[in-house]
Amino acid sequence: MILTNIESVPGMTITAQYGLVTGSTVRAKNAIKDIGAGLKNMVGGELKSYTELLTEARKEAISRMEQQAMKMGANAVINVRFATSSVTVGAAEVYAYGTAVKVEPKG
Amino acid sequence: MSDIIFLLILLGITYLTGSIIEKRHFDNIKKREIALIKKPIINFGAKTWHTNKKIKKIELVTGECVISGDYFKNFVASLKNFFGGRLTTFESVLDRGRREAILRMREKARGANFIINTRIESVMINDNYQKDTVPQCAIIAYGTAITYE
Repeated sequence: MILTNIESVPGMTITAQYGLVTGSTVRAKNAIKDIGAGLKNMVGGELKSYTELLTEARKEAISRMEQQAMKMGANAVINVRFATSSVTVGAAEVYAYGTAVKVEPKG
Repeated sequence: MSDIIFLLILLGITYLTGSIIEKRHFDNIKKREIALIKKPIINFGAKTWHTNKKIKKIELVTGECVISGDYFKNFVASLKNFFGGRLTTFESVLDRGRREAILRMREKARGANFIINTRIESVMINDNYQKDTVPQCAIIAYGTAITYE
């Protein structure tokens, strides 16, 4: 599955398009890690456990989007965008969306 | 009285830790940015971008970072908020977070020639209903990495 966030796949031509595909996920860390992050919050710096959480959430959102595209028979998703929102403390929502298309190599 | 002493100690400790962490982080960011200077990010005309060269690999690359301020920064900002103007203590925090996310994205695209159409998405994940919470910002940077044959 080819993913791009531009409106084409360079070097390939789009032969069919299947519309919007989306994938979203809301994830949280366990309470112990929340407390750890709360302490880190006081002294400053990067909150590594939350970064991890964000990475997991992003991977899951993308894989859900890919699955949806695969079911439609697409082999690429173009113009992928991410949206994030804060649902509650210590949780992250990541939403990925794009256009599922079928591409073929040029020539 | 003991409350004030406790507050002063807390401010002193968080000022020290916050500034040490920030200085180290900025040093680290600068070093990595210099190392990546030959791999450009192209953002103009990226949507209609095309080339005649043979392309080996097209990949969506992402970089994430959750950054937080510290208690001292928050305290200074809440004082400054009263008079208005620049909240410099938060500017540096968000700057660090964004640059870190972009760097992680660029580091993932190690073999690529360049990255086009980079976007940055951010959200505050702190508790909005509770007063005096230190801001935490989650940042995702993403773009399309192009590798020529």
